[in-house]
Amino acid sequence: MDKLDISQDKKDSGQMEYKRQNKSKEIFRRFRKSKGAVIGLILSAMIVAVLILGPLFIPYEQATKQNFDNITVSPNSEHIFGTDNYGRNVFARIIYGGRTSISIALLASVTSCIVGSILGAMAGYFGGKIDSLIMRSLDIFMSIPDILFTMAVVVALGSSFKNLVIALTIAYFTNYVRLVRSQVLSLAEQDYVEAARAGGAGSFRIIFSHILPNAMGVIIVNVTLNIGKIIIYESTLSFLGLGMPPPAPEWGLMLSEAREFMRTAPHLLFFPAGAIVLTACSVNLMGDGLRDALDPHLKS
Amino acid sequence: MNDLILDIKNLEVIYKTDLETVKAVNGINLKIGKGKTLGLVGETGAGKTTTALSILRLLPSATGKIINGEINFEDTDLLKIKEEDMRHMRGNKIAMVFQDPMTSLNPVMTVGDQIAEAIKFHNEELSKEEVEKKVDDKLLMVGILPSRKVEYPHQFSGGMKQRVVIAIALACEPDLLIADEATTALDVTIQAQVLMTMMELRNRLGTSMLMITHDFGIVAKTCDDVAVMYAGEIVESGTVEDIFLGNKHHPYTEGLFGSIPNLSTRSDRLTPIPGLMPDPTNLPEGCTFAPRCKYSMDVCKKFHPKSITVEGEHSLLCHLFNEKIMSQQMEGKYE
Repeated sequence: MDKLDISQDKKDSGQMEYKRQNKSKEIFRRFRKSKGAVIGLILSAMIVAVLILGPLFIPYEQATKQNFDNITVSPNSEHIFGTDNYGRNVFARIIYGGRTSISIALLASVTSCIVGSILGAMAGYFGGKIDSLIMRSLDIFMSIPDILFTMAVVVALGSSFKNLVIALTIAYFTNYVRLVRSQVLSLAEQDYVEAARAGGAGSFRIIFSHILPNAMGVIIVNVTLNIGKIIIYESTLSFLGLGMPPPAPEWGLMLSEAREFMRTAPHLLFFPAGAIVLTACSVNLMGDGLRDALDPHLKS
Repeated sequence: MNDLILDIKNLEVIYKTDLETVKAVNGINLKIGKGKTLGLVGETGAGKTTTALSILRLLPSATGKIINGEINFEDTDLLKIKEEDMRHMRGNKIAMVFQDPMTSLNPVMTVGDQIAEAIKFHNEELSKEEVEKKVDDKLLMVGILPSRKVEYPHQFSGGMKQRVVIAIALACEPDLLIADEATTALDVTIQAQVLMTMMELRNRLGTSMLMITHDFGIVAKTCDDVAVMYAGEIVESGTVEDIFLGNKHHPYTEGLFGSIPNLSTRSDRLTPIPGLMPDPTNLPEGCTFAPRCKYSMDVCKKFHPKSITVEGEHSLLCHLFNEKIMSQQMEGKYE
C-alpha cells in the first residue's frame, strides 16, 4: 500500500495545487447526512423564526392584557391556542414566553458549559493541588441542593434576565466540571498529548487544541440535553415566584399556572408543554447530528 | 568546542510513590557525537524510555524524579534550565518519535494542522502561507502527497502515520532525534520503509539520533554506537563493531545474542537468558545481573562492578574483565 502511495506522490508532486477543503463546509456536509439532525435544524429554525417574527404581528399587550369576559376559552379562530384564566391570548404568551425561556436556557447552557469545561479541564489536566482545590469547592457547591442555591442567588440579586442566567449557570456548571474532568483525565494520558508536549506545546495549547476537541462530542450532547432541562428548571423557579417578574410570560410559569385548570382547560397545559418538548427535541436532534459531524472518523 | 551533541553523566532517575521507590535508571553515562546514531538496547523495563523522557524532562511529574546527574545538550545542562527554556528545546532542538503511530496523532486534527502546529510552536513569525509551504515540504520529505494534508489520521495506514509522526518530529529540523521504539508497532515491511526514510533524512539533515530499540537487526543496520541497558545501567557500550564483532562481551549481551535465531546453524531451541530482570524496587546488592549470570562468582553477589574500558570506546560493567578483581578472586579473597 505504502509503496504505491510513494510512487503516486512522485508522479503527482509536480502539480502541487489542490483545493483546501473548507472545514465548516465539510462539517455541514456531514451534518446534512443525518436525517434527524436536519429535522432538528429545520424545527429549531422554525421555532426561532416564529419567536423572532411573531412580535411583528402580535403586540405584547395581547400576552399581558387581561380580559375577564373571555377566560379559559378553548382554541378557536380568534385565539388559536385559546385563552388562559385571565383571558390572555395563549399564543401570544407562548411567543413572548419562548423568547425569554429559550434565550435564558441557551445562554445559561452555554455559559455553564464554558465555565464548567474550563474548570474541569484545569482540574483534570493539572491534577494535584489545583484539582483538589477545584473539586473540593465543587463538593461544597453540590452539598447545597441546587434549588436552594439558585433561590439564594435570585433572592440576593433580584429576579431579572441576567440574574436568572447567573443562577442557572451556577446550578448547572457542576455537571460539566465533573464530566470534562473525567474526560480530560483519560485524554491527558493519550500518546498524542505526550507527543505534543515533546514537540514543545504548552499546557494551554494542549488543553485547547488537543484535549477539549476530543471531548467535544460528550460536551455537545450534554449542552443540548441541558437546554431542555433548564427550560423545565426555570419553570420550577417561576413556580416558586423567582422567575421573570409577572406578568411577563414564561413557558414554565404558564405550565405551573395551568395546573389548577388541568381538567377544565387542558389546552392551557398542552401548549406550553408541547412548546418545551418540541424545543428540547429539536435541539437534541441537532446536537446528535452536530456531534457526529464533528467526529472525523465518520467522514466518508 | 566539543563534538558531542548529548553527554549524559551519572544520571539517576527514580519513580517514587507512597508505597515504594522504583530505581529506574541508576547512574548511566551516555555520549552521542554530532551526526552520530546511538542505539540503546535492552529488554522491557530496563529504563530505556525513562532515559529518553528524562532528556526531554517529560517524566510524569507526580512520581518521576531525576535525583542525580547531568544531561548536557551541546553546552547546556538540560536539568538546570527553566521550564520555559526547556519548552523551546522540545521539538525545536530535541524531538521524539513515539512507539505507537496509531495513538501518537490527534484523531480530531488534520494531519496538515498537526505538522503546522509543530512548526508554529517555534516559528511564530512565519505567515500562514509560509507555514503551509513548509507543511507541504515536510510531507513530501517523508513521501506523502501534500494534498493529503487535509485528511485525518484514521485515513492513513500505520506506516504512513509513522511517517507523519516523523515529519512532525523533523518539522523544526532538530539537532537530536529520539526514536523510542519507533518501528516496533509496525510490521517488518513497513518497518524497513520507515527505517529507510529515517536514515535518509538523518543523513540529509545531519541529525543526531538516539535509537531506542530491542531489535539488534535495527541496531546493526542504523547505528554507529551501541549501549546495552540492563536494570537501569549501561552494562556494555561501544561501537557497533565492538558489540557485533568484538570478542569480549558482558554476559548479558552474550545472552541477548544467544536468544537471536541464527540462519546458518540449525538448532531446535534458542537459548534464552534464564530468570527475570530484578525487581527495580529491590535491586540486588552486588551486580544486578548476577542472579541470572552463568559466570556469577562470589564477588558478583557482594560488590557492584565498576565500568572497565577494554579497548578504545568499548567498556563493560562486569567483574570478569577487571583483572585486579579476577586475580583476587583466584586467591580466594575479594576486596
